[in-house]
Amino acid sequence: MEDYQEQEYEFWRRLDEESLDRRKLLRRGLAAGAGLTIFSLSDVALATRARVLADPPLRGTPGGMKALIAAAKKEGKLNDIALPDDWANYGGMIAAFKKKYGIDFARDNPSGSSAAENQAIVSLKGDPRAPDCVDVGPSFAVAGAAAGLYGRYFVSTYKTIPRGMKDTRGFWTGDYWGAVSIGYNGNLVQNAPRTFADLAKSEYKNKVAINGSPLTSNSAVAVVLAASLANGGSLNNVGPGIDYFAKLRKSGNYIPVETTPQTVASGQTPISLDWDYNNLAYVKEFPAAKWKVGLPSDGVYGGYYCQAINATGPHPFAARLWQEFLYSDQGQILWLKGFAHPARFTDMVGRKVIPKPLLAALPSAAIYNKVKFASQGQLTKAAAQIKAEWSSKVG
Amino acid sequence: MPFFAYTLVFLFLPAATVMVGAFQGATGGYTFDNVTEIAQTASLRHAYKESIEISLVTALLGGLLGFLIAYAAIRDGTPNWIRSAFATFSGVAANFGGIPLAFAFIATLGTIGIVTQFLANQLHWNPYFHGFTIFGKTGVELAYLYFQIPLMILVIAPAIDGLRQEWSEASSNLGANRLQFWRHIGLPVLFPSLLGAMILLFGNAFAAYATAYSLTSGTGLPLVPILIGADLSGNVYTNPHEGQALAFGMFVVLAAMMLFYIPLQRRATRWSR
Repeated sequence: MEDYQEQEYEFWRRLDEESLDRRKLLRRGLAAGAGLTIFSLSDVALATRARVLADPPLRGTPGGMKALIAAAKKEGKLNDIALPDDWANYGGMIAAFKKKYGIDFARDNPSGSSAAENQAIVSLKGDPRAPDCVDVGPSFAVAGAAAGLYGRYFVSTYKTIPRGMKDTRGFWTGDYWGAVSIGYNGNLVQNAPRTFADLAKSEYKNKVAINGSPLTSNSAVAVVLAASLANGGSLNNVGPGIDYFAKLRKSGNYIPVETTPQTVASGQTPISLDWDYNNLAYVKEFPAAKWKVGLPSDGVYGGYYCQAINATGPHPFAARLWQEFLYSDQGQILWLKGFAHPARFTDMVGRKVIPKPLLAALPSAAIYNKVKFASQGQLTKAAAQIKAEWSSKVG
Repeated sequence: MPFFAYTLVFLFLPAATVMVGAFQGATGGYTFDNVTEIAQTASLRHAYKESIEISLVTALLGGLLGFLIAYAAIRDGTPNWIRSAFATFSGVAANFGGIPLAFAFIATLGTIGIVTQFLANQLHWNPYFHGFTIFGKTGVELAYLYFQIPLMILVIAPAIDGLRQEWSEASSNLGANRLQFWRHIGLPVLFPSLLGAMILLFGNAFAAYATAYSLTSGTGLPLVPILIGADLSGNVYTNPHEGQALAFGMFVVLAAMMLFYIPLQRRATRWSR
């Protein structure tokens, strides 16, 4: 039975990819369908199958889905890395994928960094525990592609992903984006801070925290860039952002405590600068904290993450099916449920496929329209400047 | 022999890798760039300054307090059960570090710690509004002292035990007062041990990472080990060779300490030869 299925998908794949003579293929397909043992046991067929298994598709197509699903189910497993359940609704995403395809997940190092993800691809090469897919910051996606760590794949919805957010060679694809936001504890903070300028007021002394250190965390770099936009800097000049935090550290407003769900729940970080999707998730997760979220109107800055597939991962088909799922309308809506703006957001808003209550839970679309994204070069520049100045000015 | 193999694998080989890596560029060739970068970058120099300062302060303060406490607790005449209870407690406390220690400090002295809340709500005096914070240098020094003092007690106790009752009796028979005893007998005998113990404390604080990192979330206080951590495992940039160069710089600092220590040790032990 299994053999039959495999040959069927092989048939579909060949039809899609190699566009062989249609009639010849049909004949072959019929032979396979009839279960002709001569064909299915022949050396040629076995060799073809081995080659096909080792050589997953380059492009997702509606026709190829069936084959991809079959091959992924045969692998039966997907190794993920650095996907926390409470980050951009990955918990819900993974549960939905499991339910839809019956493929199990081997979860590894949920709070790992992008560096740890790329490193795992290198150091676990050939190991059955190696990650199949990664979700990394853009600079790591570029570095990983350059180092040959990723396999190429174009999801079937590739066309509807904004041009600036994807690699034209298919090594990585931007998956979701967020904007820097101010979240605050309604019990401990009386007046809503709406701008970066507000946060410098003395009423917020000992209250302002960031999600991590800008020396090691992309989200924290984004916060400093947003602060720079609010203080006369630009995407090319993060200096005013660094000076802004130096000022807040001196006045005691900025507390160098890394925001985590625990510090939000306990009230240790009454105000937290973080991605909107993290802050919005806290609203639901910790009702007792009366967490409220807004975008700082003087510094609207956004950043995205990238999805890539391990070139030498142990489950190449499952990894591609996972990507197809992530970039399907269903997957994109699941991300939005985690308050992350999915890559195909504008396409889906245009086609009116996003449920209204979901859009209503986000801060107003008007402020999101002002969002600025930094280019790779600008991010590298900002990281270098932060590295050179942060520890002596703020630390 | 097994010990030699052990040190080779876990001490000398990693140290050698760091030394070589410190002089390699990103593409593999040999270069001095990593090392000269440290000398030229203000934030990296600043990190060394902070690291050395914290290590010196906690080694001297921890050494002094540890010595006094140990002397009070184990000099002749103290009941035996106090001594053993003390040694056990010090053994536990000296090994209490890292994340649990940082957590304990945050839970007691953090912005919403028990002590802070007590001061703020009962006495209406919130230390955080008067310049105090544990998420900075003071906090890290306090936390380090928590394990530095017991460590000092542990390592200095045998030396204090070696200070014989008879010497002090003999010196007072010859007409010396307590001060003269300490000036001419007690301290000279203990000095080499005190110095050695403080060097140990210095190294202990200099290399500590987890306590400071979890207390300041890696942003509150730039220490060399924290910057090495950022170089090796961050989301923003990775620069392993700079990390190795920073580690090499730590070797140099410790080596300088030893260079300072050895002649002093020689001088201090001259009388015993």
